[in-house]
Amino acid sequence: MKKGRAALSLFFLSCAAALLIGGCNNPKFIKKAEFHGTHLIVLTFAGPVDPEWGENSASFSVNEKPDPDILLEVRGVTLSPDRTRLTIELADPINQDQPHQVVARDILSQGKDLGTQSVTVARPYLGYLFSIFLGALLIQNFVFSKYLGLCVFFGTSQKKTTAVGMGITFTFVIVFASLMSWFFYQFILKPYRLDYLQIIVFIGLVSLTVQAVDTILRKINPALFKAFGVYLVLVIANCIVIAVPLILADNEYGVFESLMLALGAGLGFLLALFLMSSVRERLDLADVPVSYRGLPIAFIVAGLFALSFMGFSGMSIF
Amino acid sequence: MPATTKTNLQLVVNGLLNENPIFRLALSMCPAVGISTTVANGLLLGVAVLFVQVFSSCTISLIKNHIHPRIRIPTYTLTIATWVTVIDLLLAAYLPAAYQAMGIFVRLIVAFAIITMRLEVFACRNTLTASFWDGIGMGFGFMFGMVVLGAVREVLGMGTFLGYDVLGFRPMLFFVLPAAGFFLVGFMMAVFNYAETVYHRRARRAAAVQAGVVK
Repeated sequence: MKKGRAALSLFFLSCAAALLIGGCNNPKFIKKAEFHGTHLIVLTFAGPVDPEWGENSASFSVNEKPDPDILLEVRGVTLSPDRTRLTIELADPINQDQPHQVVARDILSQGKDLGTQSVTVARPYLGYLFSIFLGALLIQNFVFSKYLGLCVFFGTSQKKTTAVGMGITFTFVIVFASLMSWFFYQFILKPYRLDYLQIIVFIGLVSLTVQAVDTILRKINPALFKAFGVYLVLVIANCIVIAVPLILADNEYGVFESLMLALGAGLGFLLALFLMSSVRERLDLADVPVSYRGLPIAFIVAGLFALSFMGFSGMSIF
Repeated sequence: MPATTKTNLQLVVNGLLNENPIFRLALSMCPAVGISTTVANGLLLGVAVLFVQVFSSCTISLIKNHIHPRIRIPTYTLTIATWVTVIDLLLAAYLPAAYQAMGIFVRLIVAFAIITMRLEVFACRNTLTASFWDGIGMGFGFMFGMVVLGAVREVLGMGTFLGYDVLGFRPMLFFVLPAAGFFLVGFMMAVFNYAETVYHRRARRAAAVQAGVVK
């Protein structure tokens, strides 16, 4: 028991360390490597390198880490005046979601051959996680950009209190359900090649989570259950709650990435519900043509929101 | 609700018009907004939903006497999930290009409210034949809605129908944009509502004329 706990804490410590260090661990002559813009990789060296080596694009080869056989085409290499910074320009835009490997062959520094070194370039991990979160929350908002969960969205956005209650319950359930689905997919379905059962397993897990939250909440905090219990049943009818586990499985996300995506999806749904309910409370006072009352006008308002959310597309922070 | 007394034809028409899943019941809105950009997409998802609806209705109708009422919802969900898996694998194997275009939506049929609702309201109380025809009606009703939306969006947005050029130009590119799905569904619902109010007004007036209140 004690040993298990020690191992667990060691695991968490190493996770935290990996988070802090991120992808920049190059103890050798190449001190730093990072992405710059869409086409550039910048290398920083510990000392000046020779221009005849550094400006020869044949000295470098670049590939995405998972497929070392496919070399990316290097268009040109430029060296900074102090000869310690080197910029590699690639012919095609870099897919920054993948770590890249740069191999520098026979590095020449002040006439000395330092041998071949390779370095991994990756985005800072925390920034990457944050970009997943922000992507699910705003840029690819599940309601306004992916059009999921609409039945529940239109059903519960009549009043602000209902909207907030539903949003909070939903966020809670989706985080639990996604993490459980991630665990089942990575450790049970994938190793035994049962991928084709993912729909059945995920929907079962979601219902199970909802049932479990219902029972636990009823026992532990009856007051909270009274406030949020009614929304729990509705969560199952929401396609987002099954879409997120499917996306996690398709993209082979890790546990932190999954957590961020689920949190972003949940809070994005809460945001969408809150915005919509604020508008619909005002709409009740407005003079809407008879045929448009109720759902039709709500759809048109949602269309306006979707248009404005298109403004977020293409936004990137890291 | 007791067992239905409608004929098979009435069941099909009921699904197509009176209780059209998209425009009247306002269920399963996600695909109606999300992927109704072309007729082909709408048609294919319609076929998938038809398949799942008919087979789930038949399955539940067959085993309705053996389901304990307290676990009926999980039973429905698992039945639907099984049939969704079947159509998902079939489409991935035989129509890979179209399957790619629809993305995650085929697998999301499992969460469509319309199917669960039909099982709960209809299939668990009626005979196999009636459930079969109800499934056919609902499936075709859904397909009808998707094809209408897809046709409007494809013709107005791209100037094509089923991929063939019919207009020769693109009248309003806006309709291909995803956000236009919301507007179009809103307008369609308003049209259905308007038709209903006009129909009721006419019916009332006709009744009044017959009663001799108004000339």
